[in-house]
Amino acid sequence: MTSPFEYAPAPESRSVVDIAPSYGLFIDGEFTDAADGKVFKTVSPSTEEVLSEVAQASSEDVDRAVKAARKAFEKWSALPGAERAKYLFRIARIIQERSRELAVLETLDNGKPIKETRDADLPLVAAHFFYYAGWADKLDHAGYGPNPAPLGVAGQVIPWNFPLLMLAWKIAPALATGNTVVLKPAETTPLSALFFADICRQAGLPKGVVNILPGYGDAGAALTAHPDVNKVAFTGSTAVGKAIARQVAGTDKKVTLELGGKGANIVFDDAPIDQAVEGIVTGIFFNQGQVCCAGSRLLVQESVQDEVLDALKRRLSTLRLGDPLDKNTDIGAINSAEQLARITALAETGEAEGAERWSAPCELPSSGYWFAPTLFTNVTQAHTVARDEIFGPVLSVLTFRTPDEAVAKANNTQYGLSAGIWTEKGSRILAVANKLRAGVVWANTFNKFDPTSPFGGYKESGHGREGGRHGLEAYLDV
Amino acid sequence: MSDRLSVFKTYKLYVGGKFPRSESGRVYEVTDSKGKWLANAPLSSRKDARDAVVAARKAFGGWSGATAYNRGQVLYRVAEMLEGRKDQFVREVADAEGISKSKAATQVDAAIDRWVWYAGWTDKIAQIVGGANPVAGPFFNLSTPEPTGVVAVVAPQESSFLGLVSVIAPVIATGSTAVVIASEKSPLPALSLSEVLATSDVPGGVVNILTGKTAEIAAPLAAHQDVNAIDLTGTDAELARDLEIAAADNLKRVLRPQPVDFAADPGTHRLTAFLETKTVWHPTGSLGASGSAY
Repeated sequence: MTSPFEYAPAPESRSVVDIAPSYGLFIDGEFTDAADGKVFKTVSPSTEEVLSEVAQASSEDVDRAVKAARKAFEKWSALPGAERAKYLFRIARIIQERSRELAVLETLDNGKPIKETRDADLPLVAAHFFYYAGWADKLDHAGYGPNPAPLGVAGQVIPWNFPLLMLAWKIAPALATGNTVVLKPAETTPLSALFFADICRQAGLPKGVVNILPGYGDAGAALTAHPDVNKVAFTGSTAVGKAIARQVAGTDKKVTLELGGKGANIVFDDAPIDQAVEGIVTGIFFNQGQVCCAGSRLLVQESVQDEVLDALKRRLSTLRLGDPLDKNTDIGAINSAEQLARITALAETGEAEGAERWSAPCELPSSGYWFAPTLFTNVTQAHTVARDEIFGPVLSVLTFRTPDEAVAKANNTQYGLSAGIWTEKGSRILAVANKLRAGVVWANTFNKFDPTSPFGGYKESGHGREGGRHGLEAYLDV
Repeated sequence: MSDRLSVFKTYKLYVGGKFPRSESGRVYEVTDSKGKWLANAPLSSRKDARDAVVAARKAFGGWSGATAYNRGQVLYRVAEMLEGRKDQFVREVADAEGISKSKAATQVDAAIDRWVWYAGWTDKIAQIVGGANPVAGPFFNLSTPEPTGVVAVVAPQESSFLGLVSVIAPVIATGSTAVVIASEKSPLPALSLSEVLATSDVPGGVVNILTGKTAEIAAPLAAHQDVNAIDLTGTDAELARDLEIAAADNLKRVLRPQPVDFAADPGTHRLTAFLETKTVWHPTGSLGASGSAY
């Protein structure tokens, strides 16, 4: 049955991006083969089409890249801040110019809807470079004493959920503060980082200041373990974060970790329900729920549970799942077969443990990696789906009666990255926000990001903050 | 007149505002720099360490929820109390560190002044490290520092009192609570400090002081799932590495050991090391692009 609200297809053109059949590692300003000649394929998760073949870094390549970054550090850190700023401004401008191309590329490689890459990722990527560009010549005023020194070579490992945005979060503050960078993008999404290498070339960035090493976890581990790396920055899973924390123990390496989350989204009975429902949807279904700060636990006050759930299911039934390049698509593909398997397994655990599963009625494409927006009701705090980070479009619904109970349940997690509050009562927002053990609290909104706003977790969600003045500290010797 | 026989003091731990003996029933001999017996100090066990964490966690809600003004008053009160008992601390520090009375007096004076310095920080740090973030959208966006929770502190080994105070005061100034391992060789000034803390309006459990073998007590604290951070100041490189590895299990905040001149201006580093940053967003409901028109 076709709905009267059915949209005609509105695909964005693929022709704005020219993907080469193969890419090398970007070391010391040059694209180069991996030392052992290894390559891997990157596929489009929505079609399983092979997009390109990419050189796979090994520890030998890591060593080369770190040497290049070390060599470049001397000159780069000695540049006047105002000059470094101009390079960053150039990069920001080129990103804006090439924003459509990069948005399409990111959607192809990651599987997320073009709506999100175009309207969220890319504007934020440019904004991060603009923001930190302005800090480069004002570091004396950042509150870390006069003339704060850069650390040296930064080894950065980023995830696949926001490939270019995470690159921007890592590289912009590192360069602004005078560090040089070796960055390893995730194995499923290396392309936008390699396009960024080309942007560095266009911007005339000195050789070796930014080095990009596509590869797997072994390359990441070799990078964070490298004795000549002064700063380790990692965004990804809590398990890997803990391994890195062990690895850097007893060294002088400064480390920041942005890890997992199991964010609570708390809806009180006086919340504006329609807005709250939109916020719940954004909170857990933005980027197919593959977001560390996702609001993956809905805590709804018992008295409005039925109303909220009815409205939520109605809303989820209108989400459009499919071709990520279609401008009307809300839900794109899951990033990889591996991730899809993980989400599927956790959802099955939820059912096996007795939680009630409901999935939005949408047809899944026959090729690619897809998972329908799903929610679980009758969930208790002991359920796996209420405790483990699923990192997919799966929402667990719990209820509460009093604000104290909401806070207790929200804080009942090893994580502490994000939380949401929905209520019209200002004093309640402030009281609850105050008690939540989370680095970011969104009240009557969700999943908002800005380069001026510090982001980062409490507890096992990691160490340190990215963004804002706070984000400078990670790259300065203070 | 015959010499009066002095009354010895039984030194005890300080946990949850009380002065228990070590659960283990063990003590160890504390001597001065010339090897003369001074006292038997409790040799804390893993159980003592766990009890101290429980006490510190219990105290955290109240202490972190107290107003910054109130915390400042309490810290200043510690300085007042110390001022009145200065002679005792000068004697203990001189014995413990084998330095002259006048050098010890300098240390004690500096330690008292340090409480005053941190007392003044309690209600200022939020304005220094927090503030409004000018996001590109109609949102109120504010970052504020919050205490990280329970902090395990390995106090410096050499500076038995000034160093000790320098690592305790910043932890509690910002609202965290502390489990402190005193200097292994010179634990007595720390145990006497606990008597001052107990009479200074510092709520029980906010500071807990353990004495004994540093490595033995620090290991369970570093591995403890309900400890949020660890200050490794009083550890050697090898122990620091082992503790940092153990601390990774629940991603504790780690302050690594580094050479410190405790006589110098401490700066804000030790305050910020045990702070989280919470950022709260709220829509502003902007009424128009033109702003206020009056």
